[in-house]
Amino acid sequence: MASPPHPWLKPAVLVGGLYPLAHLALAFAQGALGANPIERVLNQTGLLALILLVASLACTPLKVVSGWTWPIRLRKLLGLLGFTYASLHFLTYAVLDQGLALGVILEDIAKRPFITVGFLALVLLVPLAVTSTNRMVRRMGFPAWQRLHRLAYVAASLGVVHFVWRVKKDLTEPLIYGGVLVLLFAIRVAEALRKRRARSSAQVPARSV
Amino acid sequence: APKVVRPRGPYDTDERATSYEDATTYNNFYEFGLDKGEPAENAHTLKPRPWTVVIDGEVNKPQRVDMDTLQSWFPLEERVYRMRCVEAWSMVIPWLGFPLAGLLRRVEPTSKAKYVAFTTLKDPEQMPGQKYPVLDWPYVEGLRLDEALHPLTLMAVGMYGRVLPNQNGAPLRLVVPWKYGFKGIKSIVRISLTEKQPPTTWNRSNPREYGFFANVNPEVAHPRWSQASERRIGELRRRPTLPFNGYAEQVADLYKGMDLRGNF
Repeated sequence: MASPPHPWLKPAVLVGGLYPLAHLALAFAQGALGANPIERVLNQTGLLALILLVASLACTPLKVVSGWTWPIRLRKLLGLLGFTYASLHFLTYAVLDQGLALGVILEDIAKRPFITVGFLALVLLVPLAVTSTNRMVRRMGFPAWQRLHRLAYVAASLGVVHFVWRVKKDLTEPLIYGGVLVLLFAIRVAEALRKRRARSSAQVPARSV
Repeated sequence: APKVVRPRGPYDTDERATSYEDATTYNNFYEFGLDKGEPAENAHTLKPRPWTVVIDGEVNKPQRVDMDTLQSWFPLEERVYRMRCVEAWSMVIPWLGFPLAGLLRRVEPTSKAKYVAFTTLKDPEQMPGQKYPVLDWPYVEGLRLDEALHPLTLMAVGMYGRVLPNQNGAPLRLVVPWKYGFKGIKSIVRISLTEKQPPTTWNRSNPREYGFFANVNPEVAHPRWSQASERRIGELRRRPTLPFNGYAEQVADLYKGMDLRGNF
C-alpha cells in the first residue's frame, strides 16, 4: 500500500537535517559554544552522524512494521546527511583539533582503537555515498547494490563502538544507540526469515514425482 | 574594588589566567553531573558551611576541625598555576590557599606515615550525582608523603581572589599542579595519613588508563588519545604538553630513579 506522495517530506528532512549544522556554525562564529568550542563541534557532529545513520537504517524496518512506504523515500537522504556529518566530524578532528598534523593523525588512526574504528566507519560510508544515486543502483544491479549497502549496519555498529570508547564512564547514551541498532537488525532478520519461509512454502505445491 | 598588586611569587606562572567564566563553568565534578557544564548548574545544592574536616591516621594529633578554624590557622597565599586535565585541555588558574605541608606539620605525622589519603563528602542530597553508581563514592585520592609536603602542593579555599565556588570544590580542595587535574580532589572532608598506598578513585575505576601517580607526561599516551599536546582553554591551536606540566625543575627530584612509564 503506497502512502500519499507527501511532497514536503524530503525538503522538510533536508532542512531539519541541515539546521543543526547552520546553528553550530553560527554559534562557533559567535564564540557561543562555551569554554571548549572544538570539543563541542566534535561531539555534536559525531552524535548527529550516528543519529542520522540510525534513522536511515530505521526506514526499512519501519516500513516492515507499519506498512507505510514513505520512510523508504527518506532512506537515501538520511544516509547522505549522516555521511555529511561523519565527514564534518572527521574534518573537525583533523583540521580544527589537530591542526592537520599528519603524523599525529596517522598515529591516532593506527594506534588508538577508539579512533581506528571511527575512521573505519567513515571509510565504509564512502562507497555507500558514491553509489547512492539511482543510476548507480541500475548500473550495479539491485541485488549487488543491496549487498553493498548492508555495510551501513557495519558502519553504524562501528560508530556505536567508537562512541562507547569515547565515553569516560557513563555508557548509557551509547548503549541506547546500540540497543536501537540491535532492534532494527532483529526486525530485518525476522523479515528475511519470514520471506524465505513464504517462498519455500510457495514452492511446496510444485509436483513431486 | 581596588586591585591589589602583588609581586609574582616564586611558584607563579606568568601565563595569562583563563577567564573566570571558563574556569567556573567548564570542569569535571561527577558528583554534580557528567557533562562539564553541569557542575556549575547543579552545585548550588552543596552546603560548604558549616563544614568539618577530619584529620586522622598516622598522626600524633588527630582531630575534627571546623573549616573556619582550619582556615584561620594559615595566611592565604595566591598561586597562579597551570592546570592540565587528563582529557588534554588546560587552564591557568589563580588559586587562593595554603600549602598542605603546613597543615601536615601541625598534626605531626608519625614515623609510619608514608602516604596521605583524601576523601570527598558523601551525601547524595548535597551531591545528586552520587545517586548514580558512575564511580565508587565517595571520591578518594592520595599522594605520597613527600609529594604532599612539596611546597607546590596547595590546599585551595578560593580562586581569582574569591571564595571557591561550589562547582570548583568548595570549601576545601587539593591542587597539585604537576599532576593531571583528577588528582585535585574537591570538597574534602577527611585527610588520613597512612602507611600503605591508599586507593584512588580513577585508578580503581580504570587502572589501565589512570595510575596512582598521574604525573603530567607527554611521553605516556592515554590509551585513547595522545598526551603530547593540549588545548589551553580560550585558544584554538594546541600547544605542546610539558613534562610535569612545566614544573619539572621543582618536582623531578621526587621521582629520581623511578620508571615513569610503568608508574604513570
